[in-house]
Parts: sequence; C-alpha cells; structure tokens
Amino acid sequence: MSNFELVKREDFSDVTYLLEVRHPMMAKAAHPGQFVIVMLHEHGERIPLTIADFDRNKGTITLVIQAVGKTTREMQQACQVGTSLYAMVGPMGIPSPISHAKKVVCVGGGLGVAPVFPQARAFKEAGAYVIGVLGFRNKSLVFWEDKFRACCDEFIVCTDDGSAGIKGLVTEGIKQAISKHTDIDEVVAIGPPIMMKGCAEATRPHNIKTMVSLNPLMVDGTGMCGGCRVKLGDKVKFACVDGPDFDGHLVDFDDLMTRLRRYTKEERMAMDHWEKNCRMQKQIESASAALASPAPASAAKR
Amino acid sequence: MREQDPQARAKNFEEVACGYDVKDALRESERCMLCPDEPCIAGCPVGINIPGFIQKIGEKDFRGAYDILTDTNLLPSICGRVCPQENQCEGVCTVGESLEAVAIGRLERFVGDTAIKEGWVNIPYIEPTRFKVGVVGSGPAGMACAADMAKAGCDVTVYEAFHQPGGVLRYGIPDFRLPNEVIDAEINNLRKLGVKFECNTLVGRLFTIEQMVDEMGFHAVFVGVGAGYPTMLGIPGDSLNGVLSANELLTRCNLMRAKEFPNFDTPLPLGHRVAVVGAGNTAMDAMRVSLRLGADKVYCIYRRSRKEAPARAEEVHHAEQEGIEFHWLTNPVAILDDGKGSARGMRCIRMELGEPDDSGRRRPVPIAGSEFDFETDLIVYAIGTNANPIMGQTSKLKLNKWGYIGTDENLATSVAGVFAGGDIVTGAATVIEAMGAGRKAARSMKAYLGIRDGNLPYMAQRGDGADRLFGIDRRERNFARIRVA
Repeated sequence: MSNFELVKREDFSDVTYLLEVRHPMMAKAAHPGQFVIVMLHEHGERIPLTIADFDRNKGTITLVIQAVGKTTREMQQACQVGTSLYAMVGPMGIPSPISHAKKVVCVGGGLGVAPVFPQARAFKEAGAYVIGVLGFRNKSLVFWEDKFRACCDEFIVCTDDGSAGIKGLVTEGIKQAISKHTDIDEVVAIGPPIMMKGCAEATRPHNIKTMVSLNPLMVDGTGMCGGCRVKLGDKVKFACVDGPDFDGHLVDFDDLMTRLRRYTKEERMAMDHWEKNCRMQKQIESASAALASPAPASAAKR
Repeated sequence: MREQDPQARAKNFEEVACGYDVKDALRESERCMLCPDEPCIAGCPVGINIPGFIQKIGEKDFRGAYDILTDTNLLPSICGRVCPQENQCEGVCTVGESLEAVAIGRLERFVGDTAIKEGWVNIPYIEPTRFKVGVVGSGPAGMACAADMAKAGCDVTVYEAFHQPGGVLRYGIPDFRLPNEVIDAEINNLRKLGVKFECNTLVGRLFTIEQMVDEMGFHAVFVGVGAGYPTMLGIPGDSLNGVLSANELLTRCNLMRAKEFPNFDTPLPLGHRVAVVGAGNTAMDAMRVSLRLGADKVYCIYRRSRKEAPARAEEVHHAEQEGIEFHWLTNPVAILDDGKGSARGMRCIRMELGEPDDSGRRRPVPIAGSEFDFETDLIVYAIGTNANPIMGQTSKLKLNKWGYIGTDENLATSVAGVFAGGDIVTGAATVIEAMGAGRKAARSMKAYLGIRDGNLPYMAQRGDGADRLFGIDRRERNFARIRVA
C-alpha cells in the first residue's frame, strides 16, 4: 500500500478544502469518529485528520481540511486530483459509540463541521431524532448544508455576523435546542477546543451527556509517543488509542489548549521557511521563463 | 575498538563506535580459547555458534563466519551493535573469568558489516509451501519470525503501522548507535528471501487479526507489535509543556528526522537543560540525542544506584564520556510550572537503598526532608512502557492481567493459528530477546502448519544423536511429510 491517490477535490472557501482519497480497504473498515494520519511527502510531518466521510462502494475516504499551518497550506497547493499522498494510515481511534439515544444534538464548528457529519448520519440511521447545529464565521464559509439537512430533523446554522441563520456562536444554537426540547439525551460536539469547552459548559447545568472529539498533537497515532495525552478528571488518557471521543464534562480543556500551543514557535519557523522557499521557487520559475523566451528579454535590452 | 572522540561526537549523529578493521578482528578472534564448554552459545538467546564463527574469522574466512552467523541470526550487524552482550554471551565467556571477555558483539558486528559492504546474502534453497503467513509489526520480533517462515517456504507479509519498516530499530534506536543504512540492508536481505513489507497498515483497525485468519487467507499469524505505550510518572506537572516521553523525543528525532528541522517538517522541543528520568537503554539514547541536539546540560535522574541501572554497560560508559551528569538515588516528586504552562524545573528527593524488592534489587527509599529543586526546561520520561491497547480492543486474543498477550510455552495465543512474541508478551525487553521470541514462535508456527523444521536437526548434529531417528529430531512431532517423486 503505497499509492494513496486523490480522486476528488472541492474547495469550500479560501481556507477549507475537501479531498477524497482512494483506499477501498479503509473505506470498508472506517466508522464515524475515527481519524487518519497523513503525510504529504517524505519530508513531511504526520498530521491527524478526522475522517469526514467514507464511501464503501466507491472505496474512498473523505477529508475536509482547513489550511492553518505549513503542512495544511502546502497540501492545499499540492493536492490535486491524480496526485497521491505519501502516506495515509488508519482508521485510527475508537469509533464513536452511537448510543441508543432518542434525541441527539450534533454540533460542528470550523474544523468540526465535516467530522460531525458521519455521526449525525449514523444517529439518524439508528433511528434517533437528530438536531444539527453548525457554526461558521459568515455565510460564505457555509458548506455541506444539503448533506446535513438530509439527515437532520432540525437544522440550525449559527454565524458570527448573522449573515446566515442565527447570529452568535454554536452555544446559542444549543441553548435554542435545549429550550425547545426538554428530552435531549445526548450532545455531540466537534470543533476547536474553545468551542467544545463552551458546548460542555452549556449542557452541564442541564446534565445532558456531551461527547467531544479531541484533536491534540500526535506523532504516531498508535499509542506509542504519549504526545496526545489529555487530562480527564484525575486520569490521563491518550486521545489516539483511548479516544478520540471523551465525555466533555470531564475533559480539562485549558490543559488541552495549552498543550496545543507547544510548538507555536516551531510552527511559525516552518511556515517562514516554506514561504521563503515558495518565493524562491517563483523567482526561479520566472527567471527560467525569461531565459526560455529570449526574444522579449533581448527586446528589453535594446 | 576505535571510537569517535567524546567531545566531537556529542555534537553529531555519526556512529560512536567505529567498528573493527580486519587487523582488530583477527587479533580479537585469537583471544577465544575455543573452550569445550561453549558457555557463550547457551548465553545467547538465539544460540549462535559463537566459537564456530570466531574460528572462521581467525582463519580469515569471513564469508564462512558470515555463513555460520546467518544459520541462526539473520541480523548480525544489528545484534552486534545493540545486544547487551555483558549479560549474555560475553557475561559467561571462559576468558572473561580471568581477563576481559572476548568481544563477541564487536566480532559479530565486524562480520555483519563486512557482509553488507561485500553484498553477501545467504539465500538458502527455499522449497515453496502453499502456506501464507502474516506478521504484525516489523520490529525485531517480526523480522526474525518473517525470516524463518520465509526460509521454510511460506509466503510472508509483514504489516507495519509507520511509513517505514523496522519498528523500534527505526524509531527508537538513534543513528549513532544503529545507522539507518544498516537497518535498510538487513530489511533488504529479508526482501531477498521473498518477505513482503506493507507499511501504513494499522492491524486491528484496518483489518483485525481474526479477519487475517478467517477472510484474508493467512494460515498462521505472528503478532509482534511491541509494548510501546509510555508510562508517565503521575506526579504534579506531568502534562506541562516540556514534559514528554522518551518515545516521543526519539520518534521525532529518528524516524521523523526532526533533527533536520525545518528541512523536515516535524518539530522537536529543544531544551537547554534537559533532565531524563530513568537509566535504561532508552534513557541513555534520549540523553545522548538531547546532547547532540544542542542542549547545554543533560542530567540523568535515577532513583536507584548505578549498579541497578538497566542500560548496557557500554551505553552508560559512553554517556558519561560525553558529559551527561548522573544523579543516582534521586527521584522526581514534581515538575515545576513557569506560570505559562511550561516546565521551568524539577523537584527531586534523595533516596537510599533499603531491603531487596521483588526484582531482587535493593528497594530505593526516600530520605525525609531531602527535597531540592533544580532548573530544567525539558523533562524526558524513560521509565518504561505498558502494553499497547489496540490488540486487546480489536481482537479476541486473551490478555494477561497487565494487558500483554497471553501465550502458552510455545507462544501460541488463545486464537488458533495466531502466535505472539516480543515485548507484547513479556513487557519491555531487548532487541535480541524479541528476536529470540520471533524465532521461537516461527518454530511453533512451522509445527502448527506441519512444515518440517530444518533448524532442529541441524542443531542436534552437535549432540550425540541419541535423540534422533533416521536423522530426524524426535522433538519434531511432524516428520511424516513424505514426498513421493
């Protein structure tokens, strides 16, 4: 297994893009809540990405990626249909337990919109009443509304500026759902740590079970390095093999956010280094283009 | 053996021990008395005919020495470098009773490296069988098992979760102890035997052990996935930034090549004053890697004394030479916070040795009121590993109470056709012990599949033959494979 071919790409916005990777065996094995580790090239780093969808008939794995750091931005440039990833391993982690809950709120924000989709669909297939709550910064960043509407009984979009749906964070959507329905059994929240923290706080007073999917820094993803350890009450768990789903009311989100900042300086360095290389590459390209077409160059000299 | 100067080598990742040249090897080989007891053979976990290969070196027949070595050990370049010889072959060497023991490991490495240089490979005549064998994990246990099963004519596929094969040899042991070229050469030898390597494959999650047996057509499966799940100390400050496991440090540095950051994308936490907790081989590796990454000071914090340190003697010696500061009988009690989520120091307590504990070593006891703080910005835990939970989560394999895979004395697991060995059965041990387990499991797998085991009669030729019938060892229960032309 060395060829992880990209068969589809879709750009949702300047920073969010979707990749479909051919891997029939993984498509067969994947379950909602699991993740993969991807390497773009031989010199790349291993980055964990939650599986946003899988198609067992087509034999593909869908990833939705936000270009935030060096690797995800480089992927945004390099990953075109027909190219391949250097490595993709998975499905990793314990699949999300799709409980027998009768009424479920599935919350997705930013990075978490895509990965919460397979869970919403699985709950729907298990016969639950599904309320979807999605958060975006503004209307132009909204994606997959149709996919969610197809599997949600109710659907609430929240935007920071109110350009679509209700104005406010996803916690506003949760509050709205809770005030309308007194019989919510479970909330599933996936997104940035600060959002998941907010969701857990919003449901805590109502004592509603709240599952979150954690995304700490990882190297191997197989329980070997311990870099992804998270605090759960007085226990320490490895998100890669003990998770990635945990009870949101037990997670120490402040600890998670501090640990996510471990390599801020190095991430900046990697980005600068890459941008410098990109600029040099462009200069070389334009210089060699000028050399390849001597007529205008000599004309300029005259 | 010639070594790089400690001052110079502490700044580079080149190999520390330069290895024997022909003259050194010949001189050292003469020190072997070829004593009749051959205690070294019994001292070797895989039973290498040590006097035999040393004698061949003495005769300048290096190819002959290589042939003898590869009868029992396919990876002499690796074992010559990483085995704790002082507790094994060299520890029981007759010469060693009065003088320094014969440097068996160095001689083994000399022969292995000569073979790599000369391109020697011993590919035995292999008669194909119809059997398909799966090996989970490409570390030392899996490699040794794969080699034996391929030699027995099986179609062997090795699965590895990382993007490169080698397991702990690749991600754990640094380049200055075991260069990547050596691992590549030994893995290529396996490929020449017909072994296939499939990387990026997380067995258990992509497919289960049961699926391998029931659906994928494997007649036998060997599980050698290692222990791996690192232990944290469980003291205040464990989760601060700047506290990490030796596995994480070493994997980032060795496998992901973070030492070449930013030309490679994986970053590595750089510490100025690094404290490594533990005194095993992994701890020594973590300390010496930190030094090479540019740390000003590297401390070793160990709760017992030097005598109890589990690392190879040579590693402790090398670490001392390179300027690691050892703090024996010292135990961490807390990691100190800088107020911004990072570590700024460590609080330790002095220990003294009390009564012997279960392991036979004297138990370290804290000395009341002896706490002290010191400054450190990177703390590396090298205090051992637990069983990786993935196999238990995804298969019906019976585990023991510590979470390791339970086996019988033949390394058979609770699932028919599935065998296991190495760290995932015994808990963390050495490379050669894992290889020994891989070979032992291979013997059991051959018996299970009904393949005549070529190794047993070969070994028995040294005995008096009383236990043999028509040239076939009695221990082989399955000698009824008769082929009519």
